[in-house]
Amino acid sequence: MKSLAELAAIRDRMKDKIAIREGSGDIRIVIGMATCGIAAGARPVLSAFMEAVSREGLADRVTITQTGCIGICQYEPVVEVYTDGQEKVTYVKMTPERAAEVVQKHIKGGAVLTEYTIDASNL
Amino acid sequence: MKELSLHILDIAENSVRANATRIDIDIRETEHRLTFTVRDNGHGMTEDFLRTVIDPFATTRTTRSVGLGIPLLKLAAEQSGGSLRITSRHISEHPDHGTTLCADFDKTSIDYVPLGNMAETVCTLLQGRPQIDFVFTHICGAHTAELDTRELRQVLGDVPLNTPEVLDWVKSSLCEAYHNFK
Repeated sequence: MKSLAELAAIRDRMKDKIAIREGSGDIRIVIGMATCGIAAGARPVLSAFMEAVSREGLADRVTITQTGCIGICQYEPVVEVYTDGQEKVTYVKMTPERAAEVVQKHIKGGAVLTEYTIDASNL
Repeated sequence: MKELSLHILDIAENSVRANATRIDIDIRETEHRLTFTVRDNGHGMTEDFLRTVIDPFATTRTTRSVGLGIPLLKLAAEQSGGSLRITSRHISEHPDHGTTLCADFDKTSIDYVPLGNMAETVCTLLQGRPQIDFVFTHICGAHTAELDTRELRQVLGDVPLNTPEVLDWVKSSLCEAYHNFK
């Protein structure tokens, strides 16, 4: 078991940051995590988003949340990206690899990866 | 589902929807058998609803009339020579309301679905529902992997459980415990 002392150290590091973080987070990533999403592989996609957001140092600007069935089960794992003042982007049939790419190019770089969006899906 | 841990994630999600404030996930494993129990203090189900819950066309969802989570798990358990049991006490009749789901599996069956990555399931639950008390225990022979979010919260104070650094700690803590299982 890892030590609780390490956890206390994390708490002390985070204390100052929390005040800044509240109210910011202008980008929201929402992942469908109902039976359909989970069966299609949403859990590793969520993990990949969390890892990539931390790795790219975007944790202060980005909030990752889970939701229930979005209603398009055949396209799961489905991920929605909400950015202040912009239209919602819906990514379908996501994989951990695509998640890392979305964080790097869209969330960080600002360029929507249209080839992975629902509009591009020809199914 | 490719892993039992995905079923556990899915079933715990039902507890969340039932407004549970505490969810216990308990896994007991021997050489030949695996049993897991998900117990919550949510609003529970009425006896009538409980009778229909293994039917794929029973769901509390209003957007669509199909719910597959429990039927899929029942199939996975029964295919491997195991079983699924659910007991529930509805809030309208019981002050100590809640639901307990217990599934067991014969690990030697060719149709046994492996448990898979429980660390990731636990982290996913904490990420999505940092305000709920999760008590996770996995006992396999002489080995134990466990996590109690109430203990973590005592250390963390105001820092939320779904802070990325905290989730990293949780994941490596569980992975470390699981490393000894092998």
